[in-house]
Amino acid sequence: MPFFILRRCLQAVNVLVVMSLLVFAGVYAIGSPLDLLVDPQATTEDLARAAAALGLDQPVWVQYGRFLSRALGGDLGDSFIHGSPAIGLILARLPATLELAVVAMLIAVGLGVPLGLWAGLHPDTVGGRTIMAGSIVGFSLPTFWVGLMLIMVFSVQLGWLPAGGRGPTTELFGLPLSVLSVEGWRHLILPATNLALFKLALIIRLTRSGTREALQQDYVRFARAKGLSTGRVVGVHVLKNILIPVVTVVGMEFGSLVAFSVVTESIFAWPGMGKLLLDSITQLDRPVVLAYLLLIVLLYIVINLVVDLVYALLDPRVGRGGSGR
Amino acid sequence: MNSVHNAAQAVLEVTGLSVGFAQRGTVLRAVDDISLHIAPGEVLGLVGESGSGKSMTAYSLLGLVEPPGQVSADTFRLCGKEMRAADERAWRQLRGRRIAMIFQDPMMTLNPVLRIDTQMVEAIHAHRRVGRGAALEMAAAALQRVGIADAPARLHAYPHQLSGGMRQRVAIAIALLNAPDLIVADEPTTALDVTIQAQILAEMQALCQASGTALLWITHDLAVVAALADRVCVMYAGRIVEQGPVDQVLAQPAHPYTRGLLDSTPAAAPSQHADNAGATRRLSTIPGLPPALGERPEGCAFRPRCARASAACLQVPALVAVSPGHEVRCFHPLARVSA
Ligand SMILES: Nc1ncnc2c1ncn2[C@@H]1O[C@H](COP(=O)(O)OP(=O)(O)OP(=O)(O)O)[C@@H](O)[C@H]1O
Ligand code: SF4
Ligand SMILES: [Mg+2]
Repeated sequence: MPFFILRRCLQAVNVLVVMSLLVFAGVYAIGSPLDLLVDPQATTEDLARAAAALGLDQPVWVQYGRFLSRALGGDLGDSFIHGSPAIGLILARLPATLELAVVAMLIAVGLGVPLGLWAGLHPDTVGGRTIMAGSIVGFSLPTFWVGLMLIMVFSVQLGWLPAGGRGPTTELFGLPLSVLSVEGWRHLILPATNLALFKLALIIRLTRSGTREALQQDYVRFARAKGLSTGRVVGVHVLKNILIPVVTVVGMEFGSLVAFSVVTESIFAWPGMGKLLLDSITQLDRPVVLAYLLLIVLLYIVINLVVDLVYALLDPRVGRGGSGR
Repeated sequence: MNSVHNAAQAVLEVTGLSVGFAQRGTVLRAVDDISLHIAPGEVLGLVGESGSGKSMTAYSLLGLVEPPGQVSADTFRLCGKEMRAADERAWRQLRGRRIAMIFQDPMMTLNPVLRIDTQMVEAIHAHRRVGRGAALEMAAAALQRVGIADAPARLHAYPHQLSGGMRQRVAIAIALLNAPDLIVADEPTTALDVTIQAQILAEMQALCQASGTALLWITHDLAVVAALADRVCVMYAGRIVEQGPVDQVLAQPAHPYTRGLLDSTPAAAPSQHADNAGATRRLSTIPGLPPALGERPEGCAFRPRCARASAACLQVPALVAVSPGHEVRCFHPLARVSA
């Protein structure tokens, strides 16, 4: 197992270097930030001075080389706009996004697994069909439209919940969190629901098909032949087997939840990383975009590693105790 | 051995058992009006080709047929209990306690993500209130009984850490845990190596004899039946076509299908079988294939493959006795050969 983790870390470094190269090239292609940063009235000398100050007068590979050597020291550059370290800006927004993503995923799993299980156990009932139809709707409605509808209904018409912003936060171990206060929840629940919807649909379908498949297996028939109660057959024999694909998908999808919370964050004016990314892209704030994308890549790598470890815990057939695979 | 039709003492007494699947306006009967009775401690062999409805019969005996399959019966008594209108609760009280089942593929019957001890202890706790420690001891003892050495260590294993033969032994141990009156064994040795097959067969026989457990042994192999069973039912296309004491049926098969099966089975028949007298008996196969469920011919389903078929065979023949306890479903049964 230690060998397995070490190997994965080396892979992670490779992926990060390649990604940084790609992202750097991509950001370079978007255009020069100078035109936006410098006063349009500025003289050519002013421009040249600004470019030199930001290092933009050098060829791309020199810029990349500088970036890489600094990055190895943990410095991903300063924001052109804010002048402070890009990584600091992002990390300051990280708790808001993570909290949103975690709550969204909890909603998706907490509702998706029971609903999918029920639909899998009663496929030909009105309830089962309704759940499946609902999951198709969840898949096909665009996130931004659902977000707007949620605001229309719950904030504008009913006036129950705030339309945007994060509201007050409570500190826990230095992290500002919304989930510790009622007012925080009132701000959190709409964006979290919005973000959860697609994953909820996904988990319902995954759980349902897993349940249907497990029910066909001899081990379920054998379990019933032992005289076990339906609750035990479903809650232990079926659930333990379908949890394996569910955990895998939840892990993989969590990364995308964080990365693509952009839409939800901008609709609900949620002060997270996604909103920072959008602002940075429009302002061509290269260091922030670069740092953001690399951080997301790192997040994906860490999540994948965790998923693999949890997977090994859940599925005894996957190499436990040494062999790695 | 006598074949008493005594309903009061039978472990299992079913008549007119059918398992139907509604399809395109008609009901296709995977199991078609069969009757079975098994006395305590008796070993009944159920023989038939693939698709003849053996597994469906087995599932229906434990109330394990799932929709869209529909079970009906004229009589259905299991361990003295009337099961025709039994609900899931009533079934659950019998399953695993009075009637147990072993499946064909030991790779599939144990849950891959649960340890052996979990799967054994839950089978005990489903029927008895005992502590976990006591249940574990019972589980270990059951494993030892089926010839598993090092039982306490095996209890901690996951199924994938055991060989196929070992897993089938575990399944047998689970079936025996609550000392059932009847074990339904659905081709439990088919998926195993020949040597292990023979071992498990012998062990099963000894264990059931020792505990007085009746056995319904399902197989497509007449040789297994010859070695193991007291009586045999031969099944074809959902119906029982011949049944009787094993030595009689194998020595004097009356149904052309049974005869065909015998001629295609090495070493199944006892020596008085007419063709088996010399060492030069050649194996032959029955021409054609068994019909698929939707394509069973009218009348006697064996007709397209039968050399003795006549116009009469367009009707379904009734099961009639050719000698006491030996019944055949055929208009032109094979004549009795004098030994
Ligand atoms: N859900 C279903 N719908 C329709 N037909 C079914 C269904 N399940 C099983 N059958 C049919 O029931 C028939 C009997 O199947 P069964 O599994 O009992 O045969 P078997 O004698 O056990 O064969 P094998 O030796 O291959 O195990 C088959 O023809 C099968 O196609
Ligand atoms: S009833 Fe007719 S077709 Fe059927 S087995 Fe007998 S002789 Fe053959
Ligand atoms: Mg079968």
